Amino acid sequence: MNKILLIGNPNVGKSVIFSRLTGVNVIASNYPGTTVGFTKGILRHAGKRIEVIDVPGTYTLDPTSRAEEVAVQMLDDIKDDEQAAVVNVIDATNLERNLHLTLQLLQRNIPMVIVLNFWDECKHTGVSINVEKLQQELDVPIFTTCGITGEGIKNFVDSLEQAKVSTLHFKEENIWNEIGHIIDKTQQLSHRHHTLWERIGDASIHPIAGLPIAIIILAISFTVIRFIGESIIRFIMEPLFDKLWTPVLMKLSALLGGSGFFHDILIGKLVNGSIAYVESLGLLSTGLFVPLGMVLPYIISFYFVLSFVEDSGYLPRLGILIDKFMHKLGIHGLAIIPMLLGVGCNVPGALATRVLETRRERFIAATLMAIAIPCMAQIAMIFGLVGSYGVGSIFIVFGTLFIVWIVLGLILNTFMKGESPEIFVEIPPYRFPYIPGLFKKVWMRVLWFIKEAVPFVIVGVLVVNILYFSGVIQFIGKLAAPIVKGVFGLPEGAVGALIIGFLRKDVAVGMLIPLGLSKSQMIVSSVVLTMYFPCIATFAVLLKELGIKDMLKSAGIMMLSTIIVGGILNLIL
Amino acid sequence: MNRIPLIELKKGEKAIIVSHHGGRGFENRMSSLGLRPHAVIKKISSQLFHGPVTIQVGNSQVALGHGMARRIYVEKISDE
Repeated sequence: MNKILLIGNPNVGKSVIFSRLTGVNVIASNYPGTTVGFTKGILRHAGKRIEVIDVPGTYTLDPTSRAEEVAVQMLDDIKDDEQAAVVNVIDATNLERNLHLTLQLLQRNIPMVIVLNFWDECKHTGVSINVEKLQQELDVPIFTTCGITGEGIKNFVDSLEQAKVSTLHFKEENIWNEIGHIIDKTQQLSHRHHTLWERIGDASIHPIAGLPIAIIILAISFTVIRFIGESIIRFIMEPLFDKLWTPVLMKLSALLGGSGFFHDILIGKLVNGSIAYVESLGLLSTGLFVPLGMVLPYIISFYFVLSFVEDSGYLPRLGILIDKFMHKLGIHGLAIIPMLLGVGCNVPGALATRVLETRRERFIAATLMAIAIPCMAQIAMIFGLVGSYGVGSIFIVFGTLFIVWIVLGLILNTFMKGESPEIFVEIPPYRFPYIPGLFKKVWMRVLWFIKEAVPFVIVGVLVVNILYFSGVIQFIGKLAAPIVKGVFGLPEGAVGALIIGFLRKDVAVGMLIPLGLSKSQMIVSSVVLTMYFPCIATFAVLLKELGIKDMLKSAGIMMLSTIIVGGILNLIL
Repeated sequence: MNRIPLIELKKGEKAIIVSHHGGRGFENRMSSLGLRPHAVIKKISSQLFHGPVTIQVGNSQVALGHGMARRIYVEKISDE
């Protein structure tokens, strides 16, 4: 055997088991549909290399969503591969429902083993399963595991070679009878009392009590994000840059003679004889300070809070609460997940639109996110820079974007053909987040930011310098003047920020500072920078997800609404 | 036989699913999350203004749109 597919219902812990098997870290969350693409890794066992594929969760082999289509496709791909086997991961506390997929899989005549995950949770949920009997009924090897602690995983890996094709046969229309029959023989449920988590769970989806609970949770999350972010900046990043890095740069500056081409590229222009980290625009000053000193602290704090909320299981419940409202925008409640992920970075947000079933919904969700949801990098810069014009300006920026999000959703929903389907989703149990797992997830996401964003920021700063030196920005500035000056009321120099915004929006916000904008110009340019076009990384993902035709449509909508909204803001402010 | 649509079930009431009205595809989709005929369910909540309905089935909770809940017929279990 050299290839195994991990298949199971959504949210049964496949991704955690995958990490355990391969050492490859993948993001796991407490809601269905975390794995929207597939991930490959290598399991080394007894001197052999086995390819392990983490398949997106699916309830059935009759696919109803994009993630499920991917799963079925992958299963078809290994049909004739004799060296491949399926590992069906089952949530042991939900045996009956999980068996539906299991029986469908058994019918495919592929060697298979079953893993009963969350085995440790069976006890307090009052479920008792006779594993031996279940093994007889299904006629494939079964192992019990607890993905989080790793219990049982080794045992299962040692026995992978026992995977076999089941001899169980039944008529497809009798599948539920067959399941009922198996359940009767192998599972016993005992009565138990409601746990505290379940009571909280019920309250948080109560039609009336749920709303204040949602507001409190969001307010706490926001406060914690700001508190952690600002603390890291004030107590760690600023002292580091001011006390340690500035003296080094000043020496280098003197060495390079205080000005000239190389000096300007590396260190940038000195402001009043010293380094201004946002304005200098050198690779080693602004190029490092923007991503590390201003954005990274908020990335850390945002992902810490988001990961906590995700792992608790709250997000699908929030989706249910706001479902009715979201339908007015042409998407259902679960679209809140791509939106919130988009607040961290639009790239994972765009990928997460796959949890939505139809093309129409995915188009609306992706467009709304790309246009009205600034990423954390940009938010951090807006906080840091627009904030100096007063809290009111920050409020106007985000208030405007929120209104755009709603109005554009209403418009798209009215004019796009087709209906958006209703919500239909399993609600995961509340769990207290597993803290080591949580830290690992935050670390992975932060690492991803550092690897992806920092090089881009540095390239961005380099490009700015080259474009200025070569006069390209000044040239395009003249061309775009009618819109930038006439419609938005911004100076020509703002064109530079718009060009760089395509590479990195955080750097672009920083580039507004030397322009000496008025308060209303700062607000207009922050809104315009968010809306006009996605950054290059998001653009690439959207192009792949939507296809070229829809992406062009989406981009057209973005530019048109930017001109309208930017123009209106310029008139009324 | 006292069949009612799932939406008419009150919070906390238990029922058995009797039938789906929405074709084979609809029944398959509901069944894949455990909402199949003969399954015992309990209503947890429903959102205002014809929003989604949440029910308990087996050990899991499922939320479904109002329109879907209208097309599932159930029979109340009165005792207990």
